[in-house]
Amino acid sequence: MSNIATHANNSSGELLLDVKQLHVSYGMVEAVTGIDLQVREGQIVTVIGPNGAGKTTLLSAIIGMLKSKGDVHFDGNFYKMPDVEQMVGKGLGLVPEKRELFTSMSVEDNLQLGAFQRYRRGDRGYETTLSEVYSLFPRLWERRKQLSGTLSGGERQMLAIGRALMAKPRLLMLDEPSLGLAPLITREIFRIFADLRRQGVSILLVEQNARAALKVADYAYVLEGGQVAMQGDAADLANDPRVIEAYLGLASKHQEMLSS
Amino acid sequence: MNLQIAMLLGQDGITNGAIYALLALSIILVFTVTRILLIPLGEFVTFGALTMYAFQSGQDSSIVWLLMIMMALDAGLDLKQLVTNGMEARKAQWIGLKLAYAVIMVILVETLPLQEIHMAAQVLLTLMILVPLGPIMYRIFFQPIASAPPLVLLIVSIAVHVAMVGVGLLMFGPEGGRTAPFSAATFQVGNVMLKSQTLWVILVSLFLIVSLFLAFERTLYGKALRATAVNRMGARLMGISPDFAGKATFALAAFIGVASGILIAPITTLYYDSGFIISLKGFVGAIIGGLISYPLAAIGAVAVGLIEAFSMFWASNYKEIIVFTLIIPFLLWRSINSSHVEDEE
Repeated sequence: MSNIATHANNSSGELLLDVKQLHVSYGMVEAVTGIDLQVREGQIVTVIGPNGAGKTTLLSAIIGMLKSKGDVHFDGNFYKMPDVEQMVGKGLGLVPEKRELFTSMSVEDNLQLGAFQRYRRGDRGYETTLSEVYSLFPRLWERRKQLSGTLSGGERQMLAIGRALMAKPRLLMLDEPSLGLAPLITREIFRIFADLRRQGVSILLVEQNARAALKVADYAYVLEGGQVAMQGDAADLANDPRVIEAYLGLASKHQEMLSS
Repeated sequence: MNLQIAMLLGQDGITNGAIYALLALSIILVFTVTRILLIPLGEFVTFGALTMYAFQSGQDSSIVWLLMIMMALDAGLDLKQLVTNGMEARKAQWIGLKLAYAVIMVILVETLPLQEIHMAAQVLLTLMILVPLGPIMYRIFFQPIASAPPLVLLIVSIAVHVAMVGVGLLMFGPEGGRTAPFSAATFQVGNVMLKSQTLWVILVSLFLIVSLFLAFERTLYGKALRATAVNRMGARLMGISPDFAGKATFALAAFIGVASGILIAPITTLYYDSGFIISLKGFVGAIIGGLISYPLAAIGAVAVGLIEAFSMFWASNYKEIIVFTLIIPFLLWRSINSSHVEDEE
């Protein structure tokens, strides 16, 4: 299995996101030290790893929420210093761990605001996207007039994802989408990722729930201490003894069933 | 006190209250979106009034040069940013357009016979000179420190206010001015004379309040500003830039301030330093609304206007004290009733 740690993500598909030697530090402490990471068109790539491995930091730096050193190539363009508004405009979306919904505004307002950049550019096609999002998450349609602060945890996550989809992203980055959700809701959300891939949205998924993430993903990175410890095809990693020991534990029937 | 006096005072109170309501709304708007308490709002009121007065009395309208200088500073900053972040044709074009706008304004003001043109044109010109100062003010003084704590923003806001009062003295001189009313007609209601300017103030204020409400409830740009107020991080992730939100709210606040100044200029004599006390009364209204609630703030501001008018009759020496003391019971009530609610999980 030694090849797993070395061979890069070079299956078919155009390179959509290419991160080279990314460094991020909080003051004196380097949280991410020289990460290389790629996402190809139509892929689901997952980043797993323990708490404090730098997963959230990595996503924040890629979209430009945090200052970083290193190169970020997205959709053929090179960014020395990504800027959030610009990256969103170019088709990069982030669903943050805390979801960051507009709690005192209605579900529908939240969704419409997801298309703000498109609206600003004069693209009025977002009504179509709105109905697509509603058909993906019928629950949001039922609750469209409700204030988003009154939604349940699962509905909030659906809204956060739906809101990000309103921008028609080429690449959607999700930070711990299963956090705090009931297993059945988690399963539903993960099924939607597979749907999204079919619709041509590439996904970069950061997850604690390694089992579910490896199941849905094509390619995976294991982050430890701000560095890539292992990488490889998700199916290979799911069978790698080191990954099983550290992140999957003994396969319980219950877990297996929930993530299927 | 008889009914006639009560009606006169009420008319005064509501007129001033309408203006305070407009100012209270802009204070809340700016505060929720940018966390800045906009102390210089009052200067937009006085600048609006005094620019109209300068036009009508044939004084030198040097205010347009302030626009020219500020716009040049703004363009300089933009240019510097453009050079460090890499050139972009669209942004370079934008800088050119801004400078061209300022130059055109200078030419218009220096060549037009300002005293003779129609009052509507004077109003339009005043707005066109002064409103851009709002976003420029944000760009130069606040954008570089946008993520600073609210106290720092407040201190800068006070500094900008003090500087603007000085600029006001320089541009308009120490004399106050009162402009011609929009229309000379008066109405007789019972045995009270209603000045038509009073109606202008009330109607225009109502119109502005309703349009603001519609803009924030119905348009995506309005919702984007609200979203920034609710969750700054979420808004950035939707591509709503805080710089854009800051400039847009400052433009709205400047517009409301200048419009208020133009509206009340025929009723009260304003001096270069009258702005502070006026915006402070709007601030009392905003506090009544807890710096959050627009309707409560508007009602509070009208109450401030009425209380001010009636205390002028009963205890004219204490009128300001009475108005500002109002803030204390509301602060008490607010702090007793406040409950901190977590927004996520």
